[in-house]
Amino acid sequence: MKLWIAFWNILVKDMRTYYLKPPNISWGLIFPLAWTGMFFIKSGSGLESIMALLPGVVAISILFGTTSMLAVTVTFEKKNRSFERLLLAPIPFELLMLAKTSGAILFGVANAFVPVIMAAFLADLSPVSWSIFISTVFMIAVASTFLGLFIAVAVSEVFEAQTFSNFFRFPMIFLCGLFFPIEKLPIFLKPFSYVLPLTYGADALHGAVHGGHAMPFVLDLSLLGAFCVVLFAVSLWNIKRKWIL
Amino acid sequence: MNDAIAVEGLSKRFTEVQAVSDLSFNVRQGELFGFLGPNGAGKTTTINMLTGLARPDSGTIRIGGIDCTDRPRAAQHLIGVVPDESNLYPELTGFENLCFCAALYGLDKAERQDRAKGLLDRFSLAQAANRKFGGYSKGMKRKLTIAAGIIHKPEILFLDEPTTGIDVASARQLRQLIADLHRTGTTIFLTTHYIEEAERLCDRIAFIVSGRIVRTDTVEHLIQPIQEKHVVQILSVKTPDDMKGRLTENFPDLEFTTQGQELIRVEAHKPVPVGPLVRFLEDQGAEVAEAKRIRPSLEDVFIQITGIEVDAMRKEKEKAGGGQ
Repeated sequence: MKLWIAFWNILVKDMRTYYLKPPNISWGLIFPLAWTGMFFIKSGSGLESIMALLPGVVAISILFGTTSMLAVTVTFEKKNRSFERLLLAPIPFELLMLAKTSGAILFGVANAFVPVIMAAFLADLSPVSWSIFISTVFMIAVASTFLGLFIAVAVSEVFEAQTFSNFFRFPMIFLCGLFFPIEKLPIFLKPFSYVLPLTYGADALHGAVHGGHAMPFVLDLSLLGAFCVVLFAVSLWNIKRKWIL
Repeated sequence: MNDAIAVEGLSKRFTEVQAVSDLSFNVRQGELFGFLGPNGAGKTTTINMLTGLARPDSGTIRIGGIDCTDRPRAAQHLIGVVPDESNLYPELTGFENLCFCAALYGLDKAERQDRAKGLLDRFSLAQAANRKFGGYSKGMKRKLTIAAGIIHKPEILFLDEPTTGIDVASARQLRQLIADLHRTGTTIFLTTHYIEEAERLCDRIAFIVSGRIVRTDTVEHLIQPIQEKHVVQILSVKTPDDMKGRLTENFPDLEFTTQGQELIRVEAHKPVPVGPLVRFLEDQGAEVAEAKRIRPSLEDVFIQITGIEVDAMRKEKEKAGGGQ
């Protein structure tokens, strides 16, 4: 059987049915634009702060863009039983779930470039190390998507997925070093920072954009990769345990 | 002939409910096998286990000769499944839904489109091909769901309550389509609570009650013993209490069953004396509205074997999922 046909069609179907709809396109654009506007223009420190703020805005745009979508593509389809149709197809389970999450990963990557395009008009982006930046954006998108999958599988209603997502997302804004350095956090909060994947993504992005990173890129990306593997594996295990009764 | 489906000692428990217990049956290649039982009997749980959507607690499953006991998704290239609720994508058109389902089985674009067009014609849905599935009527949804279940030409098709909740004309058309599929050699595992549907379509039938198979046989063999019986149904009003006892006392060669105060069913191995019976009832104060000889059917076998009233079963199902 040509598995790539199944993979591609699941991805295209999700893109057409969910991602390329006006509400999502506008959400994907407006949300990063709002973050960008809020931090770039209202920071009070002028345009010179853009390079310091860009990594955080990029990371937050990816995080919110990806985690929101899985509640629809997975939880909603499970609820209305169309997910059963996918489970009945002769596709390896891992490939099926990669196909279901690929759309969110692409959506997250696209979201990341909204603040980058805006920043390009306001600041000189020539110092940015693009190879590290793009790799990190991709890894954050994968990790955030798999975090969204983990949440989507853990609940049975779309609203629960959204609520549960916020339980992770909002603390990550403050704990992961997006806008406030982790070193300046109270000592009792620091351990939480290091168990969140976005900490390593934000560190690598800071390094790629203005050179201010705490850990080597290889370590950041490796740890992000490890989070991806663990979150994906736990989600698959959960689906098999909860949905194939 | 090889078995398309072979099940041995299948059991499944959900927390406090034993959904199915020790099920054993086989479905031969090309056979249309009916799985008949009331709501909650374990029909859908059985289908879910056979199709890889549920894991059995014990027992073995072979689909198309492949052992699926420990690898529940191992035979999915051989099967097509039509669930009890239409689960296609409301945002896609009928044509797009069929093409998408075909793509899940790795079919090339040209072949997907050819098959989708062919099935839309065959199921009289060509005119609705470019309408969104969400706007289809119930009958159209069921037809498209069946089309989606067979677009990859499965060897074995699982149909879970295919005609529940749709109008009479659509149900008749679907039964014809199922019969056509059977004629072309597809093995079909059909669950239904419509006994007349099972009688009309199936080669063999298993009756399942409370998670256990109580009888499996061909329709012919199931009906044969009761076809030799003579049955009369009497509808009367103002029937005095204990009429069954009085009838049994006066007509010892006849068997009487009553449904409420109004319906009396009479069975015998010789022709039933309708005239004397009616006169006796009227002498007892009852007003006989109707007395008719009826041909024993699979419904009678079902009642006899399971003790479940078919009307009650139908009403219960219709309350849950809409009427036919």
